[in-house]
Amino acid sequence: MLSKAIPCRLWIGVLLFLSLTVRADWEVNMTPGVTEVSQQIYDLHMIIFWICVIIGVVVFGIMFWSIIAHRKSLGAKPATFHESTTVEIIWTAIPFAILIGMAIPATSALINIYDPSESDLDIKVTGYQWKWHYDYIEEGVGFFSNLSTPTDEIYNRRDKNEHYLLEVDEPLVVPINKKVRFLVTANDVIHSWWVPEIAVKKDAIPGFVNEAWTIIPEPGIYRGQCAELCGKDHGFMPIVVEAKTQEDYDAWIAQRQEAAAKERELRDKVWTLEGLMARGEKVYATNCAACHNADGSGIPPAFPALKGSAIATGPIQSHIDIVLKGKPGTYMAAFGSQLSPVELAAVITYERNAWGNSKGDMIQPVDIANMQTAE
Amino acid sequence: MSAVLESHDHSHDHHGPAKGWRRWVYTTNHKDIGTLYLWFSFIMFLTGGCMALVIRAELFEPGLQIVEPEFFNQMTTMHGLIMVFGAVMPAFVGLANWLIPMMIGAPDMALPRMNNLSFWILPFAFALLLSTLFMEEGAPNFGWTFYAPLSTTYAPSTVTYFIFGVHIMGASSIMGAINIIATILNLRTPQMTLMKMPLFVWTWLITAYLLIAVMPVLAGVVTMMLMDIHFGTSFFSAAGGGDPVLFQHVFWFFGHPEVYIMILPAFGIVSQIIPTFSRKKLFGYTSMVYATSSIAFLSFIVWAHHMFTVGMPLAGELFFMYATMLIAVPTGVKVFNWVATMFKGALTFETPMLYAVAFVVLFTIGGFSGLMLAIAPVDFQYHDTYFVVAHFHYVLVPGAIFGIFAGVYYWLPKWCGNMYDEKLGKLHFWLSFVGMNMTFFPMHFVGLAGMPRRIPDYALQFADFNQIASVGAFIFGTTQLLFLFIVIKTIVSGKKATAEVWDNPEGLEWTIPSPAPYHTFSTPPDVK
Amino acid sequence: MSTDGYQTYYVPEKSRLPIFMAIGLAVTVIGAGTMMNDLTAGVEDSSAHWVMFTGFIIIAATLYTWFAKVIAENHSGLYSGQLNRSFVWGMGWFIFSEVMFFAAFFGALYYVRNLAVPWLAGEGDKGISAMLWPEFQAAWPLMETPDATQFAGPKEVIHPWGLPLVNTILLLSSSVTVHLAHTALKAGNRARLKMWLAITIVLGLAFLGFQIEEYAEAYNELGLTLKSGIYGSTFFMLTGFHGAHVTIGAFMLTVMLLRAFKGHFTPQEHFGFEAASWYWHFVDVVWVGLFIFVYIM
Ligand code: HEA
Ligand code: HEA
Ligand code: HEC
Ligand code: CUA
Ligand SMILES: [Cu+2]
Repeated sequence: MLSKAIPCRLWIGVLLFLSLTVRADWEVNMTPGVTEVSQQIYDLHMIIFWICVIIGVVVFGIMFWSIIAHRKSLGAKPATFHESTTVEIIWTAIPFAILIGMAIPATSALINIYDPSESDLDIKVTGYQWKWHYDYIEEGVGFFSNLSTPTDEIYNRRDKNEHYLLEVDEPLVVPINKKVRFLVTANDVIHSWWVPEIAVKKDAIPGFVNEAWTIIPEPGIYRGQCAELCGKDHGFMPIVVEAKTQEDYDAWIAQRQEAAAKERELRDKVWTLEGLMARGEKVYATNCAACHNADGSGIPPAFPALKGSAIATGPIQSHIDIVLKGKPGTYMAAFGSQLSPVELAAVITYERNAWGNSKGDMIQPVDIANMQTAE
Repeated sequence: MSAVLESHDHSHDHHGPAKGWRRWVYTTNHKDIGTLYLWFSFIMFLTGGCMALVIRAELFEPGLQIVEPEFFNQMTTMHGLIMVFGAVMPAFVGLANWLIPMMIGAPDMALPRMNNLSFWILPFAFALLLSTLFMEEGAPNFGWTFYAPLSTTYAPSTVTYFIFGVHIMGASSIMGAINIIATILNLRTPQMTLMKMPLFVWTWLITAYLLIAVMPVLAGVVTMMLMDIHFGTSFFSAAGGGDPVLFQHVFWFFGHPEVYIMILPAFGIVSQIIPTFSRKKLFGYTSMVYATSSIAFLSFIVWAHHMFTVGMPLAGELFFMYATMLIAVPTGVKVFNWVATMFKGALTFETPMLYAVAFVVLFTIGGFSGLMLAIAPVDFQYHDTYFVVAHFHYVLVPGAIFGIFAGVYYWLPKWCGNMYDEKLGKLHFWLSFVGMNMTFFPMHFVGLAGMPRRIPDYALQFADFNQIASVGAFIFGTTQLLFLFIVIKTIVSGKKATAEVWDNPEGLEWTIPSPAPYHTFSTPPDVK
Repeated sequence: MSTDGYQTYYVPEKSRLPIFMAIGLAVTVIGAGTMMNDLTAGVEDSSAHWVMFTGFIIIAATLYTWFAKVIAENHSGLYSGQLNRSFVWGMGWFIFSEVMFFAAFFGALYYVRNLAVPWLAGEGDKGISAMLWPEFQAAWPLMETPDATQFAGPKEVIHPWGLPLVNTILLLSSSVTVHLAHTALKAGNRARLKMWLAITIVLGLAFLGFQIEEYAEAYNELGLTLKSGIYGSTFFMLTGFHGAHVTIGAFMLTVMLLRAFKGHFTPQEHFGFEAASWYWHFVDVVWVGLFIFVYIM
């Protein structure tokens, strides 16, 4: 009884499949994106998809025809043919020809993507566990980009906002209509820098540099995510690219450069304990809380508590050492190269005086900077 | 003239199994060992399945609810490893053990004691692997593809046990494959020429060859990891002149043939079943053999299609793209031959046939998405998204797993002498069919819309389809308990099956009584 | 019923050997894994290596019993030509699997030498990577690694025309002598069989001795170690696994020599000997590959 239902259910399945996939606006399909390359890839995707659909309809059509018409219960008598070299050759040759048809546009798309011509702007993109660092090589601007979704949203203690998990504190800013080259690398494990709407996905390999490029034709905010398993927070290292007009971009760069100068000033001034604590709390929340927890309790056994820890309440030098140099072979990274002297001094001071740790001592940014240059 | 000698030190009982646990632990009988493999594989399928259910439960809605990211990664990794090495591969070896000697008229496997060894090291390997879940640092958490340096410098220390576990699984597969090759090449009944072998035997011969060629490469790459972790080498570290991508090349040189290891025997099973229920000879036997061989050959030169985004030189991308696309040709030949076999047959749809037909349709859909992935520039958008997850579950679940179900329903009456309950079998099929499509079809959509794989939490726009997938997974999962019930019911209380079981099936295994006697073919049978 | 080409085939009754083997293997790897973890973590009072040795003993005892049983069965006339053919296929495919194991390491050598190292130094398609390692120069043997603080390069490497050449000559002649032993066996000349076999083993042991000397020199004088970057990594991985295989091969040949003294083997039937000699030839061929690709080129 059930067996009679096969063809009709399968047909419904196939039809459902077709009807769903053509409704491209219901987030069921690849984004056509905004760049020429992303459009080209989208078109190629659709061509291949439709070819497969057509082949599927033909092959499954014949199959279901047999299922319906040649069933024993309808009195079908089996034919005896079981070989035909001609037929075999035909159905070897036709798919082969179809494949060649697919390979041609695929090849030209690939060659286009590998275009080696000069770029207007070079940005070095470095993957860290679990954040991105962007370096505007010629402009001398560099910063980290961290997930900015609050933990409360992740743990369902608060409603999730529209850009849940796809938002960062500092987006990557690029000018429109300029060829931007990304030099993608990583600091620890392999990550992958992916923004669907500009169709750039490049693995970030520690110790090696991969190239990718894009020309974004219109201003906008484009969101993506790390696309290579990179450990605990792989799901929490988004990418946000903000494309701006040339003027806006120039203004942004100028402001960035100014901020860097200010940072230098801050580094050289003498800080108060309160000042460092206030700054340190923020640095801690973005950089350290992922492992050591917002209240310093860590996630034992893998990630130790800092609250009451021997190092955070012991001699300050070993505390500075582990934060600056990390601990090779563990998740504790060398933050010396990731944070500014101000941030380092602030976070160390914070850790020694927060959550009931009450050493009362502190370290000045300028001392950290001196230690770093002494190395 | 008797052709089988048995040892003289156990003169009491030559023709039946020993009693109690010793039968299973000491056995050298291919049917016992086949049974062991199959039960082991089913237990692993449930274990790996439960892990998948943890994944699906966490992904039911956005936000972190059930597990922490650390543990989620462990689940993903263990799920992949257990399904691949614990469920699918042992199931196929189990089928090979049961069927190949009966199909080629051999008294047993060529090297029976080694056969026992290949099985019995597996439970130890998986016990070792699973025990890491209870260790302080937790189980491996770097994905079943364990890319360096996440799996070396940045791995939990339990990676060492994982590496040794993989070594043992590799040894098991190599010994199993050597045994199968020796059996097929050396123990066929004299009139059975190679081109008269049943296709299941052919596909296994080629699979065994793939296994022997690539399992040692896997052993090699995990050994390099071991050296990097404990002995200071720098294979996968640029600081010493190595390259993390080297790991991927060696891994996928193993990994891609591995995925065909997980499908070729299923091709064989389906090629046995479709003719039986179409009451018509398999169309294009010769071309099936050549197609399988071509797939095996091509599988060695396409590995880097898993690595289109690592930044290969253009020439490399093009080569691997073209070579990968070519696999569609021989695979297509197989699909067309199956359809041509059904064409103008006299079809009936018992449970094995339902599974076989679903196999052809759904595997082909999985193949189509594979072909889309093979287009390098487009793979830049697909890679490491749920589109890939959808692709490989379509080739693995309705491919490998349905192939195994089809085979079990088809031969179960031969193994235990009883007919399974056809009504329940069909119910199992339809529930699996619906559950499986509900689980994995929406993954195409979320993948295309940009959801990366291996994440415990996701952006809001992916929520609806993930919810459907999770519900489907629980339907599909629970349905497998029905399968367990059906198999047990058949063993203890099914109605007696005839020797032929089906309507005039082809093959030597149907010429012996059901259940198959403990020892079969002590004299080589005749074949037409 | 036809039995041409299909002779009696011995199907052994149940056996407890495999499960012992499996247990031995499991004990070994649990011991080895824990030992390595303890070593790396700096655990001082680790006793894991005793677990590993226990495993070794179980394996060795099982293997001994196993082979003794196979030989006894063979001598009691249970085996047929067809069964021997199963052994032939088994050994042949086993050697093929070993070839693939080495292929992985040769492949790695090829890759780092011709692709990764040049890229890191700024040559070729991914030469842009050199921006991370501005000082680094490509060379092979690689004396200066990209990051010398992590992986200090070797001061010098082993030159091919000293010990390695001697070792090549030793191993190649051992291939000849094992062949001579085989010919002698086929001709029924047991005295010569024993003599050539013994010479083969001596050559193999001499090879191993020289290799130990070479390693000692590399570690103590040249600074060439597993930790000295990718050159040391590939060098020791390839030569080390080869050395391990020579050890196994020499052990197999020794067993065959003992069996020859016990009067085993006939000019027609001596598969045990043949298997060992194939293995030995395989080990030699790998060495030739090593000599060319690791030492000379
Ligand atoms: C049983 C397992 C199995 C099988 C059979 C296949 C079959 C194929 N696979 Fe798949 N694949 C996997 C298991 C499998 N795969 C797994 C596990 C992964 C992920 C691993 C990981 O990263 O974790 C993967 C990933 C994967 C990728 C990498 C994606 C990525 O990570 O970015 C690619 C890319 O090329 C790919 C391609 C293919 C192709 C071209 C086939 C072909 O063999 C398919 C051929 C079949 C057909 C095409 C259909 C039938 C043919 C016709 C009807 C003829 C006419 C058709 C045409 C002319 C179009 N697979
Ligand atoms: C043959 C291989 C195989 C099989 C059969 C499956 C089966 C399933 N897989 Fe899996 N899967 C892989 C191979 C396989 N998978 C691989 C290789 C990966 C990649 C891993 C990686 O990224 O590293 C993967 C990854 C993977 C992911 C992506 C994870 C991620 O990226 O984070 C998901 C997500 O939904 C998933 C889901 C499922 C589901 C729902 C099933 C279902 O079919 C499972 C069905 C469920 C059951 C069978 C459970 C039955 C048991 C019970 C109902 C309880 C019984 C209880 C007791 C006995 C105590 N799989
Ligand atoms: C990726 C996870 C991770 C992040 C992010 C991280 N740490 Fe750690 N941290 C660790 C781990 C793991 C250890 C334990 C290392 C070891 O084994 O000794 C550690 C140890 C420490 C210790 C020593 C604690 C002790 O008593 O042993 C200090 C201090 C510390 N981290 C400070 C920081 C600061 C400051 C930051 C942010 C700027 C930070 N960590 C960010 C993982 C992390
Ligand atoms: Cu970074 Cu995933
Ligand atoms: Cu593949």
